[in-house]
Amino acid sequence: MLTALSVPLDGSSLSRCVEADWMSSGMCAHYARSVETSPTMAECGRVDSHTMDKSITLPPDEIFRNLENAKRFAIDIGGSLTKLAYYSTVKHKVAKVRSFDHSTKEAASDKLYEISVQEEVTARLHFIKFENAYIETCLDFIKDHLVNTETKVIKATGGGAHKFKVLIERKLGLKVDKEDEMSCLIKGCNFVLKNIPHEAFVYAKHADSEFRFQTTDPDIFPYLLVNIGSGVSIAKVESEDKFERIGGSSIGGGTFWGLGALLTKTKRFDELLQLASKGQHSSVDMLVKDIYGGSYGYLGLTGDLIASSFGKSATADKEFSKEDMAKSLLHMISNDIGQLACLYARLHNLSRVYFGGFFIRGHPLTMHTITYSINFFTKGEVQALFLRHEGYLGAIGAFLKGAEEDNPNQYSWGENYAGSSGLMSVSPDMYPMQRARSGTFDMLEMDRLDRQLVNLPLLQEPSSYIPDTVDLTEDAPAREYWLFCFEDALDGVVKRAVASQPDMPEAAVRAEKFRQKYRHKLQTLRYQPFAYGSLTVRSLLDTREHCLNEFNFPDPYSKIKERENDVALKYYQKVVKSLEELSWEDRQFALVRGVLAGNVFDWGAKAVSDVLESDPEFGFEQAKRQLEERPWLVDSYDQWLERLKGPPHKCALLFVDNSGVDIILGVMPLVRELLSRGTEVVLASNSGPALNDVTNGELQILTERIAAMDPVIQSGLRDDRLTLVQNGSSSPCLDLSRLDKALAMVVRERKTDLVIIEGMGRAIHTNYFATLSCESLKLAVIKNSWLADRLGGKLFSVVFKYEVPAGKPSQEAAVLTP
Amino acid sequence: TSVQCDWCVAFPWFGMDIGGTLVKLVYFEPKDITAEEEQEEVENLKSIRRYLTSNIAYGTTGIRDVHLELQDLTLCGRKGNLHFIRFPTHDLPVFLQMGRNKHFSSLHTTLCATGGGAYKFENDFRTMADLQLHKLDELDCLVRGVLYIDSVMSSGPSECYYFENPTDPDHCVQKPYLLENPYPLLLVNIGSGVSILAVYSENNYKRVTGTSLGGGTFLGLCCLLTGCSTFEEALEMASEGESTRVDKLVRDIYGGDYERFGLPGWAVASSFGNMMSKEKRESVSKEDLARATLVTITNNIGSITRMCALNENIERVVFVGNFLRVNTLSMKLLAYAMDYWSKGQLKALFLRHEGYFGAVGALLELLHPS
Repeated sequence: MLTALSVPLDGSSLSRCVEADWMSSGMCAHYARSVETSPTMAECGRVDSHTMDKSITLPPDEIFRNLENAKRFAIDIGGSLTKLAYYSTVKHKVAKVRSFDHSTKEAASDKLYEISVQEEVTARLHFIKFENAYIETCLDFIKDHLVNTETKVIKATGGGAHKFKVLIERKLGLKVDKEDEMSCLIKGCNFVLKNIPHEAFVYAKHADSEFRFQTTDPDIFPYLLVNIGSGVSIAKVESEDKFERIGGSSIGGGTFWGLGALLTKTKRFDELLQLASKGQHSSVDMLVKDIYGGSYGYLGLTGDLIASSFGKSATADKEFSKEDMAKSLLHMISNDIGQLACLYARLHNLSRVYFGGFFIRGHPLTMHTITYSINFFTKGEVQALFLRHEGYLGAIGAFLKGAEEDNPNQYSWGENYAGSSGLMSVSPDMYPMQRARSGTFDMLEMDRLDRQLVNLPLLQEPSSYIPDTVDLTEDAPAREYWLFCFEDALDGVVKRAVASQPDMPEAAVRAEKFRQKYRHKLQTLRYQPFAYGSLTVRSLLDTREHCLNEFNFPDPYSKIKERENDVALKYYQKVVKSLEELSWEDRQFALVRGVLAGNVFDWGAKAVSDVLESDPEFGFEQAKRQLEERPWLVDSYDQWLERLKGPPHKCALLFVDNSGVDIILGVMPLVRELLSRGTEVVLASNSGPALNDVTNGELQILTERIAAMDPVIQSGLRDDRLTLVQNGSSSPCLDLSRLDKALAMVVRERKTDLVIIEGMGRAIHTNYFATLSCESLKLAVIKNSWLADRLGGKLFSVVFKYEVPAGKPSQEAAVLTP
Repeated sequence: TSVQCDWCVAFPWFGMDIGGTLVKLVYFEPKDITAEEEQEEVENLKSIRRYLTSNIAYGTTGIRDVHLELQDLTLCGRKGNLHFIRFPTHDLPVFLQMGRNKHFSSLHTTLCATGGGAYKFENDFRTMADLQLHKLDELDCLVRGVLYIDSVMSSGPSECYYFENPTDPDHCVQKPYLLENPYPLLLVNIGSGVSILAVYSENNYKRVTGTSLGGGTFLGLCCLLTGCSTFEEALEMASEGESTRVDKLVRDIYGGDYERFGLPGWAVASSFGNMMSKEKRESVSKEDLARATLVTITNNIGSITRMCALNENIERVVFVGNFLRVNTLSMKLLAYAMDYWSKGQLKALFLRHEGYFGAVGALLELLHPS
């Protein structure tokens, strides 16, 4: 797979289109509501239903989606925000392929296989966050749309749960079942840490990218959770079922709010933070230099350190500004919490400390002061970690407690980028075009994955594995390029989506909705590249796939893939025959060139799809001529050839890429050669469709067809020396830390000692720097001139990266980097 | 310590601790002055001695804590009384002016001073009063002073004391404590800010941590919240207030104890938490706010101290510093907090000369340079 060449857009037309799209996208326009009417946490206790603003109208297909099949509800009512969780089922169109029975010569025998779109029911978790003021409207809405539920109870947690108990029971007719807040938080925390890559981040205010997402150690325990609500609770979490509240403090968010309101006569928490962001604490606090005249060198305390919070307001006979007092208060509270957290972390010997609670939630300022405090008190030994979905932990936990009989923890879940709002989606500081934070609905959707996902057992260090080669959150020029690139390619994707469903007249309407949704995502990412964790080419591609699925375009390339597969199959025997005529050494080189040339055939890459579309006869031989001559951009072919002269590998795991020429004329001859050498082969392909990548279903059929022509492949299948597995993903890229459990098992059982990764998506955008504990071969053709430029090559440059882990036999293998 | 000292250390004997809020001064008044000495004593010295010992208040803000005076003390072979004097740091210029008027510099004495002000005001001492300061580290002086005072207090009221039955307000009484084998101990000095030291022997201690939420914070916040202007005033208000109207307690949230985690209903869940509500902000008194400020700061010091004690594996905690002066409320709270949250493991100890140890340490440095 791969993506497009850029057509640069000038800045003015970009901002115009961002604005226009933002206005028209239903997500934002409906719920405008003035800031002033929003109740504060403390006041919401008094806010009865009759004083609530009911003017809001909810667009049913955008918020509280899939309610008709919803079952199992949970609600977390905090001081100002309500978080609702429910489990629902989603009817999805999925593309299936089915082999014709060719022996009976069916009527449709000119087709390679039958493509059908079927409905599949999948499970999805919905989480919606909204202001408490909307609770009644929302409950009414839910009641009206709830059709098929058999649920009798709703799990509830959070400080506000008892205040709204009666209202919920009356409106929904469900019994409110209260769950302990702390245990819900922790259950939720475990869930997001396990299921959402890039959930946790470090906040660095002055760095190029403020949010630095962490690769999650597969072993998430033990950790410390510091929840800063009105007070502070500190819990040590040792396993899924074992946690302990080890301490806390009464100086928390409520102290900032309450004391801040007294000192500054400012009522709202957000406004207090606003004040603080503009203040100078040094006019209120007594600093070390105020006492010493400079630093306290003997103890290494610098002069700017606060010796006594508010110390100056006791001695100086003057007025202090609201801003300065708010700032001083913020420092006092953040430092105090940070200090306690460090003392607890040290006492319990824990280095992972996650912070949450309304004091932290989405506020760069408090994340900054807490981070500063932790750095100060631990001298960098402990990092303050924050969570993207921190606001949902309680609701997720409460939901999980109610859903234990469905065993949600036995499945792997994936964040649905199409249905989820990103981090800071409602923060005006972060997104100037976004309205004020109040009145906004924020959503998280998690899909239950068909397969349980685990690490590739061959990863050298699972805890430090990062799939993506370039982090676009940090690399601004690359980010700019790829965002333009994806936006530019959008027309083509829409066109192809419509074309893939010629029998459905409303496809054009859906495709247009897809366009709006995806463009809106791209625009969000322009301002908030951190919205869904580290922004990467992979996440941009996956988001597009999620959006396509959302509008029932499960496989826009199905027909194109079929046609290409059909054409390629016709050439298979010819290609194999010409390879067999070559000497052993020439054949090895021809095989590699074949895989590379095959990889040039790629509808995902705009440079290629243009040619393919205008000239379908673009041949395999032509592709070979396009390839760069050796020495390649990255070239360890000589080492590979040397290695092939040695003993055969026990088992090769091959992650395949495109359908058509790539898989049939490029990869299959290589598979054949490996089998002939005595190497077992495991072919790993996508579980679901993504671009023109070959899916496991298609590959099954193709392999059978090839086996019918080729005794080597046939005996391989028969003797179980050639195995087809699915990788558990529907992405054009590859995350080796989230692979189908069955694949991992096969890899382990067969003692796999060679991993081959093919294509730009899997070997360049991802895994380029992945280190494996066995030999690996990463090959790809650079089909994007910008990327080629960056790597110091040109269009159709070749990357052939053969690596041997340190300490393994063939040490002459060079590790080349561009 | 009472060995014959190097008699070349001439009178007057001062030790000074210039903190962020208060200047603490200790003065040794020799009572064994011979007639010969009396005759030789220069006029300036005599006038300083008379001025300090015949007053208990100096100007509008200087105060001699007569109840702390140590009489018939033998120091360096001399018998005399040790006086404890304090005044606000912002009145230091007045003090320097007085020193200048009384020609203090003509005595050619070394003025041993510690605390941050020894550094900050060193230049002022030289230019305004022609005095050269001998600067000393404040924590060195603090540790030295604590150990010294404790060692000389054999008669009279015990220097060290604790509260018996700290968790039972009706039976909570102050009891003397014999600090015989004091090490290791955690020394918590609550001045404007707070320093926490782990002391392993006379010469071996380390600063464990500190917090900026100290006496200065209490007074500063009280001034802003209630309009008061002195520590005494703030304490007075606090003694009449009710913090539970300001703070959100566990029972305000859970209706009672939070049993699952062993949190009693009376525990504060959120300091000033009730003040998030406009209604409640309007219904609290200044006294309530002063009380809540005191409770908040005190409990926080207690909880940081307790964590340090656990991390350092020390069971005895000595609280000193001027925040505790005439502040039984805070002392009882600390005693309670230490005992309750450690389930009786930790003991909170207090010293009568609360804020003067740094100054005493400075004086000792004058007589016995270490």
